Amino acid sequence: MNNTSILIVGVGGQGTLLASRILGDVALNSGLDVKVSEVHGMSQRGGSVVTYVKVGEKVYSPIIEKNEADIILCFEKLEALRWIDYAKKDAKIIINDQRIDPMPVITGKVKYPENIIEKIKANYKNVIVVPALEIAKKCGNIKAVNVVMIGVMARHSVFEKDIWVKAIEKTVKPQFLEVNLKAFEEGYNQAGI
Amino acid sequence: MKKLMLGNEAIARGVYEAGATVATAYPGTPSTEITENIAKYDEIYSEWAPNEKVALEVAIGASIGGARAATAMKHVGLNVAADPLFTASYTGVNGGLVIFVADDPGMHSSQNEQDTRIIARGAKVPVIEPSDSQECKDFTKEAFRISEEFDTPVIVRLSTRVSHSQGIVELEDRENYVLKPYVKNPAKYVMMPAMARRRHISVEERMAKLREFAEKSLLNRIEWGNKKIGVITSGVAYQYAREAFGDVSYLKLGIVYPLPENLIKEFASQVETLYIIEELEPFIENQCRKMGLKVTGKDKLPVIGEYSAGLIKEKLLGETPEKLNDIQDEAPARPPVLCAGCPHRATFYVLKKLKLTVSGDIGCYTLGALAPLESVDTTICMGASVGVAHGLEKARGKEQSKKTVAVIGESTFIHSGITGLIDMVYNNCSGTVIILDNSITAMTGHQHNPTTGYNIKGEPVKKVDLAKLCQAIGVERVKVCDPFDLKKFEQIVKEEVAADELSVIIAQRSCALLKHVRFGPVLTINQDKCIKCRMCMRLGCPAIVDRGDHVEINSTQCAGCDLCPRVCRFNAIEKAGGRDE
Ligand SMILES: Cc1ncc(C[n+]2csc(CCOP(=O)(O)OP(=O)(O)O)c2C)c(N)n1
Ligand code: SF4
Ligand code: SF4
Repeated sequence: MNNTSILIVGVGGQGTLLASRILGDVALNSGLDVKVSEVHGMSQRGGSVVTYVKVGEKVYSPIIEKNEADIILCFEKLEALRWIDYAKKDAKIIINDQRIDPMPVITGKVKYPENIIEKIKANYKNVIVVPALEIAKKCGNIKAVNVVMIGVMARHSVFEKDIWVKAIEKTVKPQFLEVNLKAFEEGYNQAGI
Repeated sequence: MKKLMLGNEAIARGVYEAGATVATAYPGTPSTEITENIAKYDEIYSEWAPNEKVALEVAIGASIGGARAATAMKHVGLNVAADPLFTASYTGVNGGLVIFVADDPGMHSSQNEQDTRIIARGAKVPVIEPSDSQECKDFTKEAFRISEEFDTPVIVRLSTRVSHSQGIVELEDRENYVLKPYVKNPAKYVMMPAMARRRHISVEERMAKLREFAEKSLLNRIEWGNKKIGVITSGVAYQYAREAFGDVSYLKLGIVYPLPENLIKEFASQVETLYIIEELEPFIENQCRKMGLKVTGKDKLPVIGEYSAGLIKEKLLGETPEKLNDIQDEAPARPPVLCAGCPHRATFYVLKKLKLTVSGDIGCYTLGALAPLESVDTTICMGASVGVAHGLEKARGKEQSKKTVAVIGESTFIHSGITGLIDMVYNNCSGTVIILDNSITAMTGHQHNPTTGYNIKGEPVKKVDLAKLCQAIGVERVKVCDPFDLKKFEQIVKEEVAADELSVIIAQRSCALLKHVRFGPVLTINQDKCIKCRMCMRLGCPAIVDRGDHVEINSTQCAGCDLCPRVCRFNAIEKAGGRDE
């Protein structure tokens, strides 16, 4: 069996680490080999962050290369564009339709690229766009964007729903569990689009 | 039981399973989680030390005292700890002593890309290198054993991708390690010339024995496959090589210093083409070349940056990935920024406004070097801000200090800024040092330090009082101010910079991410009052965005810190009410 490669990309502070922890726990349950490579340190201060998750018979390199990702979970549009080269032609690309301006855009040095989603759709056929921020707001905490995204992804995965729920229960702090389970459910039910 | 663990978490587990009882460290990406995870085991005494030198000295003391002891640091931390390291190599150990050092190829979070193996070789200390989480745990236990068998400190060299990748680890029980007796032994532990001369002989004998040991250690293993290609590699580079070459032959080195020369020769003799794949310096490669082997390595592969399977394929096999889209290269960069609500933002806003030369240091506040704050002039290493400011005055005269400040975080000040300040006092400097006291070691992920009042376990402890400390060493002008009190802070900075005497300003305000920090409601710009002067944009807050025809505050990014209203002269920035949480 070939490895399944999942890239999670976003902006430092968006909770990509928690998403990768949940995903890692689900993958561990599959009985397969798993590697999850994370970014800690400076880029967590609002920089571009990426997490690589690889699952398969035997995983060597923890890093995903260009044209290798089966799934890309994008927490922000510009980051989707930045990492799009890592997608396979038929990769599932799940994009949170949220815009966070990087400092060079804020200071007016460069422009935030236009029509990112259209451009990606023109090149890849398996693109799913999710209003994860609105959904998270509706659930009561904008920080639950990450779990909404996990919900969307769960719907498209081979793993049973309750494995995901268990992983969330294990990973999320008790005081945020209720909001996050709601966010997961909402994300899971979005996936039809 | 199997668990998914970060390399650093697996190291902690290895330290636990080895029966170690003392662990001490100063944080540094990518090594920090080692000690954070050790602190979760109540069987092990753990601490944050003020710097890596102290940490290693504490670990040496614990080892001499008969315990298995561990210390962890990032690559540049080993420079700070190099002094005790080079002599601990001579004294050797009593209980096992293992030093975990994490390199950062690619400089994800570092100021340089040095290779730990070079320092280790200088100190004549063996180096072990794991390539995944399981090996992190297993090799750690073996490192303690080697340390005791060969009477030497052992360095376990990690890298960002090993430290920060999770992999599956099989857990085992903790060894019941019995504290060894402490016996006074000046010939071994008092390193003055007469004793050290004899110990140096022991060091050379030990290296010879280690070379023999490396030949048969299970940490070095050959994986035979197709013999057309042979790859000698170690650490995470092994994983990249496996992925790039597939079924060829590998000599995977777990002990990278000293090298098993016979094993290498034997392997080389059986393969047609020999590649050496190692990140950073040609450490294994140079040794192989010295042995007369014909190898391919750094002639094709870089000494700069991280490797990957893709890079190996490209440089050695000539394979480049196909281009699947035409939208590449369009994404503007996203450099890290000070968080919304960060206390440092106010400080740099004032320093930039006053057009001061800023001798900078290492921490979140290094980000004050980036646009639009662009305030920091220099950043060298931890603590250097103070010495550099002093040097600027000594080169350019007292006038220079009337337009210069040093900025340094409180953790960094304790780490190694205090000695620089003593130099300023002692050698009559009239400079100004601003200690950015945000009550935490933030950059590395929020660790306590001697000024926060809590230890690694979060228990309340004695707190070093920064103002009293500065006064005690002879600084007469010490001011404490909240930098968000912009007017007062600016006034103080102006006065202290102008003063003929040395002064310290303690800019005190907690990091915005600390749990106890509570901000008010989100802010919004009243477009009727805003005259688009863009003063607020100078703060470089990630929540304030320029939409071209107007400026607005992004309500999902705003922390509600209430700083921007203080720079708006038209009272256009108002509280928006409810928060989205
Ligand atoms: C010798 C050395 N050890 C550790 C580090 C890693 N490191 C970088 S900044 C920093 C701490 C910064 O804390 P502080 O000075 O309080 O500033 P803050 O990030 O809280 O603003 C550390 C530990 C380093 N760069 N060099
Ligand atoms: S973590 Fe704290 S100190 Fe660091 S940038 Fe954010 S608010 Fe500032
Ligand atoms: S927009 Fe203003 S109040 Fe909100 S975080 Fe930025 S500076 Fe603070």
